[in-house]
Amino acid sequence: MAEQIYDAIIIGSGAGGGMATHQLANAGLKVALVEAGDFYDPANETQRTQLRYPWESPRRGASTRLRPFGDYNSCIGGWELDGEPYTQKDDTEFMWWRGRMLGGRTNHWGRISLRFGPLDFKRKDVDGLGDNWPIGYEEIKPYYDKVDKLIGVFGSNEGLYNDPDGYFLPAPKPRLHELYYIDGARKLNVPVIPARKSILTKKINSERGVCFYCGQCSRACGIHADFSSSTVLIYPTLNGGQVDLLTNSMVREITTDSEGKATGVRYINKFNTQEQELKGRSVVVAASACSTARILLNSKSARHENGLGNSSDHVGRYLHDSTGASRAAFLPDLMDREIYNEDGVGGMHVYTPWWLEGRKLDFTRGYHLEIGGGMGMPSYGFGFAVNQYNKYLGERVGGYGNQLRDDIRRFYGSRLSIACRGESVPQYNNRCELDPSVVDQWGIPVLRFDYRWTQHEINQARHMQDTMEELLEASGGILLGSKPGADENYGLTQPGEIIHEVGTTRMGTDPKTSVTNEFGQLHDVKNVFVADAGTFVSQADKNPTWTILALAWRTSDYIIEQMKQRNI
Amino acid sequence: MNRRQTLKTLFLAPLSGAVIASSGCFSATLKNGSSSINWTRLPTEYSYGRTKAEMMVDQSLFAEIYFRESELITIAVLCDIILPNDHPNGGALDAGLPDFVEFMVKDRAQHKLQARGGIAWLNSYAIDRFGSDFLAITEAERLQICDDIAYPEETDPKLQTGIKFFALMRDLTLTGYYTTELGFRDLGYEGNTPNIWDGVPDEVLRRHGKSYDLEWLSKCIDQPTRNVLAEWDDDMNLIS
Repeated sequence: MAEQIYDAIIIGSGAGGGMATHQLANAGLKVALVEAGDFYDPANETQRTQLRYPWESPRRGASTRLRPFGDYNSCIGGWELDGEPYTQKDDTEFMWWRGRMLGGRTNHWGRISLRFGPLDFKRKDVDGLGDNWPIGYEEIKPYYDKVDKLIGVFGSNEGLYNDPDGYFLPAPKPRLHELYYIDGARKLNVPVIPARKSILTKKINSERGVCFYCGQCSRACGIHADFSSSTVLIYPTLNGGQVDLLTNSMVREITTDSEGKATGVRYINKFNTQEQELKGRSVVVAASACSTARILLNSKSARHENGLGNSSDHVGRYLHDSTGASRAAFLPDLMDREIYNEDGVGGMHVYTPWWLEGRKLDFTRGYHLEIGGGMGMPSYGFGFAVNQYNKYLGERVGGYGNQLRDDIRRFYGSRLSIACRGESVPQYNNRCELDPSVVDQWGIPVLRFDYRWTQHEINQARHMQDTMEELLEASGGILLGSKPGADENYGLTQPGEIIHEVGTTRMGTDPKTSVTNEFGQLHDVKNVFVADAGTFVSQADKNPTWTILALAWRTSDYIIEQMKQRNI
Repeated sequence: MNRRQTLKTLFLAPLSGAVIASSGCFSATLKNGSSSINWTRLPTEYSYGRTKAEMMVDQSLFAEIYFRESELITIAVLCDIILPNDHPNGGALDAGLPDFVEFMVKDRAQHKLQARGGIAWLNSYAIDRFGSDFLAITEAERLQICDDIAYPEETDPKLQTGIKFFALMRDLTLTGYYTTELGFRDLGYEGNTPNIWDGVPDEVLRRHGKSYDLEWLSKCIDQPTRNVLAEWDDDMNLIS
């Protein structure tokens, strides 16, 4: 039997890899999809966490090292993986989340699905920092439109220039605490609009179910009413004969021929730790920004001494993550609530997009606000510091006995929280590179991070803190905790912590200062493409998934066209 | 789903007097000779969508023995004080809290020393105040000790260890109780089930002086149309 030569080998099954698989397979290409983690199906009883009660777990949903976001979060992966370390340069504290499952991180994300706006692709024109993308909103808009319709996203058309309209499904109605936030924001002339999330509030096809409002998107949905790469993009391709799915397969490197062209991948079969090879006419790397950089850097050969696609020494550089800060308040108006089911969709129903574009501030990029609160399902941590709010009511904190039951009910659902997510300024010196002396359990050199926030991000966090205080108080809240000061970077999250890392293989027109062209094609190797957030030149204050999907679709179209023209 | 097993009976025992009986129950003579303590046993096998690595973690936690029997009994007594059983929705012992606390302390290693040291502190304090360790004094005396350490605003430096320990026990007791069926009933939680969210009930809106404005409502799902296939015109307007 002749050796199988795939039209495309796709590394990674998250948003980018899933979209590439869907598009290339539907175009008739023979595809190998290589995933380092296990097969995952949220409806499979041995993997299901959706609709489980807290008492089905001995730790009642508490987090573990293996599930950092809690027992029932559908993530398989985390900040630390056994046998797969990463290291830090100097005093860097980059946090690196790796999903290890079919569908990757799309199984447990917040489903916040925001288009980048026209300004987001041309930030250098606005503030002189970083670089412009080689494409603008007009180039990507048709793909956002198609993604909206294929995958489904609820939201509302607001006519905001830099938060573009889309083909939205209707939004869910706000919950009570969100109505308090809406009134507070309006008092301060801060905009507030329905959230934008890839959750089906309305039917878009006959394959997927419509949301039944359990509020558990982070557990992945058994009826596929939310978007996961696996359930929405990959499963439909698995029975057509076009896709060979290889799970538990950890790619070591992309192989090349004497001309420097890619010939396939070498990977480790995690079941038997044997090294194996796949052959392909093209390789699409979508392993997530940092893993993609790692694979490219580890793909060294005589023609690519510095790693694949790295003649510019830009692979791994311009790594950047969203900024974040958060604050919470106690709303006395929400004490002693009537209790009813307000689980709703997973997470917020309303949010505030960036509203100070063009204002003179001591930082340059924007942020949006995500709203939290409500009468969620009790899980580990519920009832901690049970009556701490008594101090705001002039009553004694602490105690024991049946009066604690009254305290529980009295304060249930009386908390309002805000989390900010902002854009950082990409830096040449913020990077991941190969650690010269550390390897993982398969002998593959690991990444070493070197990342520092600039004053822009720190000043932005200070502004976030001021904003959150004003909004929470305007909503009727009594602020909890204390405002973090300069000594704590104003509560700014650690680099990597928001899990929006992008930029490590950025696109551009100049091969000396970028890794890929506008289609994610390596400048150095015509048959290797990047289809994850590595290609982002800048990340906007928007969650990256919708843009990953749109770009991956655009890249897939380009691959199909280039193959037709026999250029690859 | 009732995952509870049989009751296990533990008798309050002074540290030196605990004996393991063949039935698997603890029994001992008490100084006051009257009280015993029972709690619902929690299961030690669970099925909740774990990976193999996670199953191994859980199994090793269940296999681990950390607390001495007297420590476990002390935890049970404290859980019972914090959330007593004399309530229509049951209390900490009905909800199997000693088993839960024991598991969580093993699961969160930072609590191990805090719990063990806290119990030792409690006994020392009981001896100072009442001449015997915590399990050997009377119920009224135990409550007096709890009165000393149940309020975090108390500033007496010599009580701080006890206050922190009691706060840990209160946190674990409440979280452990409210994550059981009994706790759900006590709270009145109605979620975790398929439903159609169609906004805050009218009477709740009225009570809070809130309303949905028409402009916002126009952007929201009209639930009877949820199963109608979405269609848009070319200007991004939903038309179905």
